[in-house]
Amino acid sequence: MPFRLELLAVAIVLGTASPAAAQGGPTMPVPPASAAPPDDGQWTAPAKNHANTRYSELDEIDTGNVARLTVAFTFSTGVNRGQESAPLVVGGTLYLVTPYPNILYALDLTKPGAPMKWRYEPKPAAAAQGVACCDVVNRGPAYAGGRIFYTTLDGHVVAVDATTGGEVWKVRVGDINTGETLTMAPLVARDKVYVGNSGGEYGVRGWIQALSAEDGSTVWKAYNTGPDKDVLIGPEFKPFYAMDQGVDLGVTTWPPDAWQQGGGNVWGWLAFDPDLNLLYHGTGNPGPWNAELRPGDNKWTAGIFARDADSGAARWFYQFSPHDLYDWDGINENILLDLTWQGQPRKVLIRPDRNGHVYVLDRTTGEVLSAEPFHHLTATSGVDLKSGRLNYVPEKAPQMNRVVRDICPTAPGAKDWNPSSFSHQTGLLYIPHNNLCMDWQVESVSYIAGTPYVGAEVRMYPGPGGHRGALTAWDIVAAKKVWEIPEKFPVWSGAITTAGGLVFYGTMDGWFKAVDARAGKVLWQFKTDSGIIGQPTTYRGPDGHQYVAILSGVGGWAGAVVAGDLDVRDGTAAKGFVNAMRDLPDATTKGGTLYVFKLP
Amino acid sequence: MCSSSLRLVLAGLLVLLTTASAPARELRVCSDPNNLPFSNEREEGFENRIVALLAKDLGATVSYTWWAQRRGFLRNTLLADQCDLVAGLPSAAEMVKVTPPYYRSSYVFVTRPDGPQIASLDDPALRELKIGVQLVGDDGANTPPAHALAKRGIVGNVRGYTLYGDYRQPNPPARIVEAVSQGEIDVAIVWGPTAGYFAARQTPPLRVTPVEPEVDGPILPMRFDISMGVRRDDLELWHEIAGALHRHRVEIGAILTAYGVPGAPPAPEAAEP
Repeated sequence: MPFRLELLAVAIVLGTASPAAAQGGPTMPVPPASAAPPDDGQWTAPAKNHANTRYSELDEIDTGNVARLTVAFTFSTGVNRGQESAPLVVGGTLYLVTPYPNILYALDLTKPGAPMKWRYEPKPAAAAQGVACCDVVNRGPAYAGGRIFYTTLDGHVVAVDATTGGEVWKVRVGDINTGETLTMAPLVARDKVYVGNSGGEYGVRGWIQALSAEDGSTVWKAYNTGPDKDVLIGPEFKPFYAMDQGVDLGVTTWPPDAWQQGGGNVWGWLAFDPDLNLLYHGTGNPGPWNAELRPGDNKWTAGIFARDADSGAARWFYQFSPHDLYDWDGINENILLDLTWQGQPRKVLIRPDRNGHVYVLDRTTGEVLSAEPFHHLTATSGVDLKSGRLNYVPEKAPQMNRVVRDICPTAPGAKDWNPSSFSHQTGLLYIPHNNLCMDWQVESVSYIAGTPYVGAEVRMYPGPGGHRGALTAWDIVAAKKVWEIPEKFPVWSGAITTAGGLVFYGTMDGWFKAVDARAGKVLWQFKTDSGIIGQPTTYRGPDGHQYVAILSGVGGWAGAVVAGDLDVRDGTAAKGFVNAMRDLPDATTKGGTLYVFKLP
Repeated sequence: MCSSSLRLVLAGLLVLLTTASAPARELRVCSDPNNLPFSNEREEGFENRIVALLAKDLGATVSYTWWAQRRGFLRNTLLADQCDLVAGLPSAAEMVKVTPPYYRSSYVFVTRPDGPQIASLDDPALRELKIGVQLVGDDGANTPPAHALAKRGIVGNVRGYTLYGDYRQPNPPARIVEAVSQGEIDVAIVWGPTAGYFAARQTPPLRVTPVEPEVDGPILPMRFDISMGVRRDDLELWHEIAGALHRHRVEIGAILTAYGVPGAPPAPEAAEP
C-alpha cells in the first residue's frame, strides 16, 4: 500500500509541475499533462485518467508480437448479465464489479492463476419485483487513496478498503422505488467522488453530486432541470451561445412544471481538468414526456456542463440536442486535449455524441470549433457553428399520425455510452459505434400498471453497408475518418489504445480484437465465451510484464435479446433494438467471465 | 383406550375428507401487488375477485406470483412460466393469447363536483384549466389523452403524473386522482378503473365523465377492451378461462360496478368464446 500511494503522489506532483507540456506540438493533439500524468503501469479508473484518453504507455505487447497473445487466466463473475465494467489494477490486485448484485472482487495478481483475495457484497435491495428497470449494468469502480469507490443499482455509493475489502462507508443517494438507479462509474478527483443518477424514463429528475471521499457526505449537488439555484447557476455562468443564456432556462424552456420530471440524468462519463479546476459532465435526454408535450429547448438536458469542481457552480453549458426528439442522451465520453486549431493553441474537449457528430469544444468557453458526422445522418443536417444549434430535418420527426422511415441514427444513437480512446501515439481517436437506422410509427397497444395506451413501434435495422457496427479511427483536427472496421453487430464495448501501436476492443459475438492503430488491420483476435460489451484495460503485472484484461458477458440495451431472454419474434422489444439483433442469440449466449491475456 | 381409538378414527376421517374436498388444481396467476383497484397482495382488487370466481368455477385454488406491472412484466412472469394466467391486458396485446374481452373501459375526465364539467377533448375550457395527465415515459409513448391534448396545442397547462410513482406508497397511479381532490389540478384525464375507484373515495367524491371523442383521429382510442391472457400455446386453459368468463359475465359485471369501473360492457358477441 505505502508503495502504491507514493507512486500516485509522485504522479500528481509531476502532473501539476509541468503544465507547459500540455501545449503540445503544432499538429498532434495531446492530453493536458495534469489530467493524464505519466503512466505508472496501473489502471486505476475506467477512463485511465481524468482526460479520458484510455491510453496506456505500456509497449511490451506491440504490433509485432500481439499475434502471439495468449490467455493468462480467467475468472467467472458468477453473474450472467451484461458486463459493461472495466477491470482495474492497483499494485498487485485486480478489482472488478459485477452487474446487479454489484459484487466487488479482488484478485491476487502476485499468485499463479490470480486467486480471489476477497469479495465485497453490498447486497443491493431488489425493491419490489419488477420495479427496477431493465438496466442492471455497472460501468465500473474507481480507485483513489487506498479505497475502491463504486455505485450500486439501488442508489448507493460505497467506499471499500482496497486492501481488506472492508466497507469504509456506504451512503444512499437515490431511491430505486421511484425508478432512480445508479449505473455509472464514479470519477474521483482530489478529495471528492462525483456521481449522478439514472432513470429519466421514469420521470426522475437528473442530478450530479460531489461526495466527500473521506466519509461520503454530500459536498454539493446540482440538478440539471429547474431554477438556476437548483442547477447551481450563478454569476460565474457564461455559456458561449445565446441559446444557453438567460434566467431560469431550466424552467422557462419547458411547459410549466414539466421540468420537475424532466430527466437530464447523469449516467455517463465525467472528465476533470486540474489546471482549470473544472469538472465536465453530460446530461441525459429529456423525459418522460413526448417531444410534442414539451415544446422548448428543455434545458439542461442532452448537453454538457462545465462546473467548478469544488463548488459545483456552473461555468458553461452547451446543448448537443436541444429539444431532443430521439432519446439522444448527452452523456458520452469527454476527452480533454490540447491542440493547435487554425494556428492557435486551444484547450479542447472532444465528444463523439449520440447524435452522430464528433464535437470539438473549447473547454474553457464551450465554443464549438467543429462538429462533423461520423455516422450516416438523415435526422439532422449539421450543426450551425454560429448559433451552436443542431439542425433537425422536420420530415424525420416522429409524429403521431404517420410512419416515419429511414431515421438515422436511432434511439441508442450513432454511439451510446461505450467509450472511445485517444492514442497519444498516433493522435487519432478510436470510436466504437453503431451503424443503425430505424422506422417509427404509432401502432402497438401496450400497458403499464393496468393502464392501456398506444405505443410507438420502432424497428431498427442496419445502416448503409449492411453492417450494424464499426470501429472508426478519426482524425480530430481534419475532422474526418481515417479508417473503419465494419462489424456485424453494433460495437457496444469500449476501446483502449497502447504505446505498442494497438487498439483493443470487443464485439457482441464474443471476439476480443487487437488492431494496428495506424493501419486499421486486425492483428489478433480471441473468441471469448460470450458477447463483449465491457471496457478493456491493460496493466503491468507484479512480474513486470504487460497484461490486457476484458470482461465478457453480453447484455446492455443492445444485448437485451440475449441477457434479458427477449422474444426474437417481437421486433419492437428493447425499444425496437431487438429487430436489429434477432440473430444475436444464434451468435452468443449469456456470460460473465474475466479474460486476461499476456505474451507467452 | 376407547376415546383414543375414536380420535384415531375421527382423525382418519378428517384426513379422508380433507383430501377429498381439497381442489386438486392450482390456478397460477401473476399480478401487481400494489395497484388497486386492479390488484394487491391482500387480494382486494377487482381482478383478484374475478380470478377467484374463475378459480372456483374450475375447481382450483389461486396461487399468486407478485410482480410490478411495468416494462418486462409479461416477459418475467407469464412468459417465464412463473404463472399461467394474467388478468387485465388490453385485448390488442400481442405477446400472449388473449381471451375475449370481459370488460371495456374508457379514459375519463375527473373533476370536483363544484368544478367544471368536461366531456370532450374539444371543450374550449381545456385551454384554461390545469389538466393532469398520466405519463408513461416508455418507448417515447404516452397515454392517448396526453397525445390528444398535444395535438390540439394544449401543453402549457398540462401537468404529468407518472404511472410509476413511488412504489413504497400504496397504489402509485392513484396520485393523479388525489391531486384533483386537493385542488392541485382542475381536471385529470385518467384510465377509467383507476379514476372510478379513487374518485368515489375522495371527500367529496369526484365526478367521472368518459372522454369524447371515443377515437381521436384515426389512431388514438380512448376506449379499450380488456382481456385475460395465457401463453400462446396454452389452448386448454384458454378455453377454460374463456368459458368461465362467459358463464360468469353477470357476476363479473356486478364486481366491476361495485368497484366503480366506468364504461360499457363489451359487445355480447365478443364475450362469447
